[in-house]
Amino acid sequence: MFEQVVFYFFAAVLVVAGALVITVRNPVHAALCLVLAFFTSAAIWLLLEAEFLAIALVLVYVGAVMVLFLFVVMMLDVNLVPLREGFIRYLPIGIGIAVVVLVELVVVLGGDRFDLLPAPEPHPADYSNTRELGQVLYTVYVYPFEIASLILLVAIVAAIALTLRRREGRRGQRPEEQVRVRRADRVRLVRMPAVRREGLAEGGGGRAAAPGGETAPEAGE
Amino acid sequence: MSGVAMPAFAPIAPEIVLAAAACVVLVVEVYGRSTDLTYRLSQASLVLTALVLALNFPEDAIVAFSGTFIADPMAGVLKLATLVIGWFLFFYLHAHLRARSRARGEHFILGLFALLGMMVLVSAANLLTVYLGLELLSLSLYAMVALDRDSPVAAEAAMKYFVLGALASGMLLYGMSMVYGATGTLELAGIGAAAQDGTDLILVLGLVFVVTGIAFKLGAAPFHMWIPDVYEGAETPVTMFVGTAPKLAAFAMAVRLLADGLWGLHGEWQDMLVVLAVLSIGIGNVIAIAQANLKRMLAYSTIAHMGFLFLGIIPGTGEGFAAAMFYVIVYAVMALGAFGMIVVLSREGFEADRIDDFRGLNERSPWQAFLMLVLMLSMAGVPPFVGFWAKWSVLREVVAAGFVWLAVVAVVFSVVGLFYYLRIVKLMYFDEPDDEPPLSVASPLRLVISVNALSVLVVGLFPGALLGWCLAALTGG
Amino acid sequence: MPEFVTGAVAWLPHGLQVTILTVLKILAIMIPLVLSVAYFTLAERKVIGYIQVRLGPNRVGPRGLFQPFADVIKLLLKEVIVPAGANRGLFLMAPVLALVTALSAWAVVPFDQHLVLADVNAGLLYVLAMTSLGVYGIIIAGWSSNSKYSLLGAMRSAAQIVAYEIAMGFALVGVLVAAGSLNLREIVLAQEGSLLHWFWLPLWPLFLVYWISGVAETNRAPFDVAEGESEIVAGFHVEYSGMSFALFFLAEYANMILIAVLAAVMFLGGWLSPLEGLVDFGRVAGWSPAAAALLGPGLHWFVFKTALFCFVFLWMRATFPRYRYDQIMRLGWKVFIPVTIVWIVVVGLGVVFAVPPWFD
Repeated sequence: MFEQVVFYFFAAVLVVAGALVITVRNPVHAALCLVLAFFTSAAIWLLLEAEFLAIALVLVYVGAVMVLFLFVVMMLDVNLVPLREGFIRYLPIGIGIAVVVLVELVVVLGGDRFDLLPAPEPHPADYSNTRELGQVLYTVYVYPFEIASLILLVAIVAAIALTLRRREGRRGQRPEEQVRVRRADRVRLVRMPAVRREGLAEGGGGRAAAPGGETAPEAGE
Repeated sequence: MSGVAMPAFAPIAPEIVLAAAACVVLVVEVYGRSTDLTYRLSQASLVLTALVLALNFPEDAIVAFSGTFIADPMAGVLKLATLVIGWFLFFYLHAHLRARSRARGEHFILGLFALLGMMVLVSAANLLTVYLGLELLSLSLYAMVALDRDSPVAAEAAMKYFVLGALASGMLLYGMSMVYGATGTLELAGIGAAAQDGTDLILVLGLVFVVTGIAFKLGAAPFHMWIPDVYEGAETPVTMFVGTAPKLAAFAMAVRLLADGLWGLHGEWQDMLVVLAVLSIGIGNVIAIAQANLKRMLAYSTIAHMGFLFLGIIPGTGEGFAAAMFYVIVYAVMALGAFGMIVVLSREGFEADRIDDFRGLNERSPWQAFLMLVLMLSMAGVPPFVGFWAKWSVLREVVAAGFVWLAVVAVVFSVVGLFYYLRIVKLMYFDEPDDEPPLSVASPLRLVISVNALSVLVVGLFPGALLGWCLAALTGG
Repeated sequence: MPEFVTGAVAWLPHGLQVTILTVLKILAIMIPLVLSVAYFTLAERKVIGYIQVRLGPNRVGPRGLFQPFADVIKLLLKEVIVPAGANRGLFLMAPVLALVTALSAWAVVPFDQHLVLADVNAGLLYVLAMTSLGVYGIIIAGWSSNSKYSLLGAMRSAAQIVAYEIAMGFALVGVLVAAGSLNLREIVLAQEGSLLHWFWLPLWPLFLVYWISGVAETNRAPFDVAEGESEIVAGFHVEYSGMSFALFFLAEYANMILIAVLAAVMFLGGWLSPLEGLVDFGRVAGWSPAAAALLGPGLHWFVFKTALFCFVFLWMRATFPRYRYDQIMRLGWKVFIPVTIVWIVVVGLGVVFAVPPWFD
């Protein structure tokens, strides 16, 4: 009973947030609604005892992907007026297609096609969704898992190859060279005999160093 | 530990070798300073992978990794062909890039991963691996097209390729989710066992999306819109990468999904493929006539060829699949040669991708003109070149399956298609060159393009070996 | 939960009982936490004052001890100003969001073997997820203020937090590999033995990476470019005043304490006693139970370790000059992430081969 209330609450928020993502005019608000949608779907997953997936969704999508998304959206100075025009103009077509798809789905999938499965038995308290996932991910699905990692590697290589430009004359910092620098590379110590001119010293002018012309600088360590 | 046995690594050894080699090449590229070294290592890794594959060549179907991976003779033949074609692809790519002195190692790294993706796709026995292999392949190719960063045309091509490719992946995934929902399993063997009923609406709906996804990836009409733009916009060797080896993988994907997975719906997908085949052969051959750009023309010819490929799949027999496999391998080799000719004729600052650039080629270089003649006639399907045998074998299977009218339509449009292939021959031999200098081709490139083009002739004279090999791979006898 | 509390609400229906008890437990964590934050701000000014050979605040109350309350009253009485071009709803929501995410991570912190609000399986992951949400308060604040300084601060902060979250996450992967659990209580229990069994020793590089990433995640000096008062005035909270500013302040300090708490839990054995293995607590209890309680494991060790790390926060702020932005990015992506990946492999090998004394 309580679970159902919670479920319907989150489901309703999810649907509303999802609808707002596409209807809200301000792209930043849309992105934030998407965040809310992710969050509520994570909550629904929690109800299914899939805590690892739920938290991973929050961690990856809400915590990283959407932050970068917002980052980009905030950088763009989107002019909202043309967006609105397009929305009104395409609205009839969009609604038409949506209705057709909906009718098709109802005809094909509706009715007795998918019976509601009985609610699964709740797991005992020591059941760990994370452990179960890890067990199959690294055994049964190890091959798809490794391919997925290669896809991510390709994405990294492609992103770097497409955006990194090696420009000539760029002034950058090379910490490894900075670390390797020794004193002798930068500073040349000069030994100079201190010459005190009687008159000045008594006057207390504070100029203890000799005038440059009087002594030849002597290079030394 | 749970009760999962250690997987058998021998059948998957080629993939492991290639993946490891690609990672090594990546590290060498990052720390090394010579793109030449990257290129040679990439070539070496292909050779090594092919050797490992040949040593582990699967005689029977072996399913490994909990039903996600299958190594069977079909996979073996296709992978070997992919690797050989990959070697040629890298060669042309390197020749092209070096001539423009902006060789970059990323091309080869992405290429290696694309080839790995093809191998994964060819050996997929599970919807997950089908999808992941496809994505590994596609993502590498999108990036390769976009790598030509200073060209706005390439950027546009990459964008179109990416957006439409993502759409196709979405379609495929949607269809897969329907199939999964109806059968309750991701394994193709399990789906094949569960999906016996052609009246199941969910399965049919899923099938529609799956076929759409396959048609998108193969570039069959009416899902061909991306092909001409991408072929034209990408650099020629990258076009070659998009247009040759991936077709082998896409063919394997079609066979795995339709024949292994959805065999129960053979009647349904047969009808869909007939429509796709007729449209592709018709649209491809007719629109190709109007093209002034050779890459666009070859793009439309690709669409027509993919229609022929479907002809082989339509009967749903082992012989039909063998004919289709023969067709796709032959097509890949011919397309390799045709795009290779563009690479040969191009030089820094000049892309020989207009049809007029071939005007009077015979006077500039009789040997190159002859090679182009061989390739064009083979593509048109003129005996004794291998293209004829490819067309003949699929048509024979279609007729044997009772689709005589389909064969007639295909032949009629092939005759139409003869026109644009022969136009190039006419330009080369009967027109005067536009005061172009005599062609000088570096000798390794000349050797490779000659091997490539002459293989079309040689296999055409003795088609039995390759055809028999394909037949043995698919019918087990 | 003491019996008299459970007894006091026993006449209520069960659901209401659970709710009331949970709220009480939350308050039992919140109130000390807010007080700690208040005195942390005082400690900061005092410690930095002493490091810089100043006295620090010393006017309100004996030795300035009531200074935090004076600050609170001042902030409460100030007007909350909403800039004219600001996005009012988001502008007011941002500090609340920052505070909520900062406080919600505390739900899974084990203060003692039995003193934990929610003993969930994926506790470590939960903490990571909640801390990663903290960035929303900052970027929404930066954007909704409609000020270029705010936006710049928000951008810097977002990039920095996302970058360091990866290094931090990898460091925590090492911890969970070593402990074999995502549950924070079990992570502490996995460090039982002695001072040398705590994870700071086998996971030393990860410990360093975690700590520095934690400092960067909380936007503290020397990684405080998001505020960077000498460059972009005060970064994301430049337009905030009064109580809304105070909420950001509260969130930042709660986050700092949380990072310190997590460092104590994951690398210094949480509530475990450093004398474990040296002193036989059973024998000590024989002649003085009070001494045994003091020397043995308990909440006081947890607080002590947390305070130690809190002090390091202040020490670092007083000692190091601010990093430049590109240096921060380089450190995160090119130094920390490779280090953590290498050390995860090392830890993995250690666990597979059950290297004593940590992984057997």
